[in-house]
Formats: sequence, structure tokens, C-alpha cells
Amino acid sequence: MLLPEPILNLINALERLPGIGPKSASRLAFYFLRADESLSSELAEALTGLKAKIAYCSECFNITEAGRELCDVCANPKRDGSIICVLEDALDVLALERTAAYQGRYHVLQGVLNPIEGIGPDDIKIRPLIDRVARGGIREVILATNPSMEGDTTAMYLQQQLRASGVNVTRLARGLPMGGDLEYADQNTLLRALQGRQQMD
Amino acid sequence: MTDPSRSFRSLRAEAIVLRHSDYGEADRLLTLYTREQGKVRAVAKGARKIASRKAGHLEPFTHVKLQLAKGRDLFIVTQAETINAFMPLRDNLTQTGRAAYVIELFDRFIPDEETANPSLFRLLAETLSRLASETVPWLALRFYEMRLLDFLGFRPQLFECANCQNEIKAEPQFFSASLGGAVCPRCGQGLPGLWPISVDALKHLRHFQRSGFREASRARPAEQTRKEIESIMQGYFTYLLERELNTPGFIKRVNAALSAQSN
Ligand SMILES: [Zn+2]
Ligand SMILES: [Zn+2]
Repeated sequence: MLLPEPILNLINALERLPGIGPKSASRLAFYFLRADESLSSELAEALTGLKAKIAYCSECFNITEAGRELCDVCANPKRDGSIICVLEDALDVLALERTAAYQGRYHVLQGVLNPIEGIGPDDIKIRPLIDRVARGGIREVILATNPSMEGDTTAMYLQQQLRASGVNVTRLARGLPMGGDLEYADQNTLLRALQGRQQMD
Repeated sequence: MTDPSRSFRSLRAEAIVLRHSDYGEADRLLTLYTREQGKVRAVAKGARKIASRKAGHLEPFTHVKLQLAKGRDLFIVTQAETINAFMPLRDNLTQTGRAAYVIELFDRFIPDEETANPSLFRLLAETLSRLASETVPWLALRFYEMRLLDFLGFRPQLFECANCQNEIKAEPQFFSASLGGAVCPRCGQGLPGLWPISVDALKHLRHFQRSGFREASRARPAEQTRKEIESIMQGYFTYLLERELNTPGFIKRVNAALSAQSN
């Protein structure tokens, strides 16, 4: 069956989203067709000019509203500017903020090194981090990239790049997840958990 | 035509994880090279959740035992257990770079079709294991490249001139990627796109082509010969692929940044 062009356009656009295959795209498109007009118009409005309404913090590259120089965290004088937590993307900032335990600032790399995909140091926000540390006033850099091949590659690279600066470079601890069972732990996780064991007191 | 193996709803497989990418809400899409089915794609549900039991077994470069279920389009990973995580490949950038190079070559050249090739599987597993344990990573890489070319049907012709078929003598020659081998000095005069190759480099390439790994790993080429061999092999792969490989450039950029910083 040949579909009318407007619906084909929508299906093609939806298919380009991550994790959406042709079948899901068709399902979503037909859902819009059946649903109330307000759903389409509200979504369209939210998408229109999205990128123009968003800016990146000039200090840490977290997202912020267009027209603002700094993000909420960098603009907050109560946050400890001598500690920087380095993250892969802005969603990770939200995750850390939800803990309400971290009082330092962030640096969002906007990506991760990937040798096979050819994503190198100049393709993500590494230079600004090195410069930021070089300007001084930093005590500690916490490397909080994901515990994956790409996240570890990025952390190893940053560690080497920051060595000369003399700041204390730490990596988020890796260990056993809550509610987990040792029997199912992989070698990698178990070995790092053993290396990162802590004194009980 | 029906492939009987496809009628199985579930299968046990031994695999090397080649690549992973984010998929859906919290899943990962894996590219696997399995001993039983060749290259397949499989979804690991929930693998991006921190508490996932499977995630740690499914990182790239891992040799893993899997239980796969046939989904509608893709396989689903139902169980995963590490055979070898090749931990030393994750210890430093140089090692990770080497492993990434092995995987990239493999992923780009081996097509997505579900045909088993246990010896190719063994080459990949052995290469990663050698990189993780041997003291001669350079040789492990060159040996791998040569064997991979055999499997791909691009075994370079190194004993007779790839143009006139006369025997190649112990003198400086040329290498032609388009002809797929050594070219004698006489033919070399008139042909475009040739790279010069030294007697020593040619001798080592022949040695890697004819020997098993144990024998090949006794070779101790000089630094200059190593560089020559490496660039000829990389040039040959780039020609066959009709595009640049990503990993060699990545390694170069990372090394440049690191040496600039240490100066
Ligand atoms: Zn900021
Ligand atoms: Zn000839």
C-alpha cells in the first residue's frame, strides 16, 4: 500500500530517531493521526526553534537557556568551584544532581572518545577542560564517564592529559550494584570492586 | 530456501563482542562475531542500567558465552557469561587502541551474514588473547592482518611479480595494492600507484604469510622495517576498503596530544 506523502514524511523523520525502527515509526505516525490535534501541535511547538532556545554554558558546556552565559550550577556561588566532575553528557548532570550530595561543579564533554568510530580528543570538549584546569583554583577532577570501553578510554586519556597539572584526578568507583549477586558479576566488575574495596569502620 | 539453523528459537553461542551502541530506552545493540552463526546483531535488554547483570559481560573485546533467542528481527541476549574479558586490553590507551584496530578491521571486512566460520572466529579470539598476553603486540597485529587477508581472498602475491608473474628476486621491489602483491622493478617502471618495498620488508611479509604464529613471532625486524610493513599493510587495507580506517588516525591523534603535553 502506498501511503500519502504527509504520513510518509512523518514516518521518515521518526525513523531517524535513535532506537526507532521502521515499524515503531509507522506505529507512532498513525498514533498521531488518530490522536487529538493538540498532541501534534504541542509537540510541533516544543520542537520548533528548540536548538535556538538552548545554549551551552561557557564554563562547563552543560545546557542552559539561550542568552545566558552560565548554567544554573556555574552561576550558583554556593557550589564549590575547586572540584570538577567530568561527564559524558548533560543528562548525566541531572543524574548527579538528583543525589543532592555533590556540591562541586561539572564539565560536560558532549561525547566520548571512540577509536573505532574515529571520535578523537578534538571532537569533544576536552581542550576547554584542560584550559579550565590550567587556569588554576582546581583541587580535584572527578572522572565520571561511563564504565564502558569508550568511557574508560576517555578517562585514561584525560588522566594522562591532566597529569602535568598536578591536580588530584579521581575516577568514580566501580563496584557491585545494589541488590546484585556476586555469582552473576562479570570479571571486570568484580576485579574493580576488589581493587576499590574499602576499610569498614 | 530455508536455512534450518534459523528455525531454532534459541541458541547457545560463543562470541566476541565487536561493537555496541545505545538502543531504545536502556538497551544496547551489539554486533557480535559468533562461532556458530558468524556476524550477528543482538539486543541486550536493559544493558545500560547500572544494575544490569549482563552489561559487564558484553563490553567490546570480550569473549563471551551467550544464550540468544531469535526475536522478530534481531537476536535477544538472554544469558551472558564471560570467557575472557582480556583485561589488559582495557588497562591503557595503547592496548585499547590495538584492540580497537583489530576489531575495526574485522567489522569492516566481514559482512553481516549468518554463516559460521570457526577458523576466522579462532583467529579473532587468538589475536585478542595474544595482544592481552604476549610481549610482541606488533607481530600479533601483522600476523593477524596477513591471516585476515587470506580469509578475505586478498592474500598478497609475494613470490612472483603480480604483473608479469616472473619470480621476485632479492632486490628492492614495488608493492601494488590494485594488483595485490609485489611488482618487479622492470614492470614497476611503467605502472602507476606503486609503493617501493625493501628486501627486508618483503622478506618479513613472506615469513608472516608462510609461518604459524609461533614461528612468525621469532622475527625481530628493525624499527624502520616495521614502519614500512605497517604502512604498506595499512595502505593495502585502505585500498581494499575504499576508505580510511578510523583507529590508526585516532591512535595518531591521541599520541600527538600526549607527546605535545609531555614536552
Ligand atoms: Zn556550567
Ligand atoms: Zn614483473
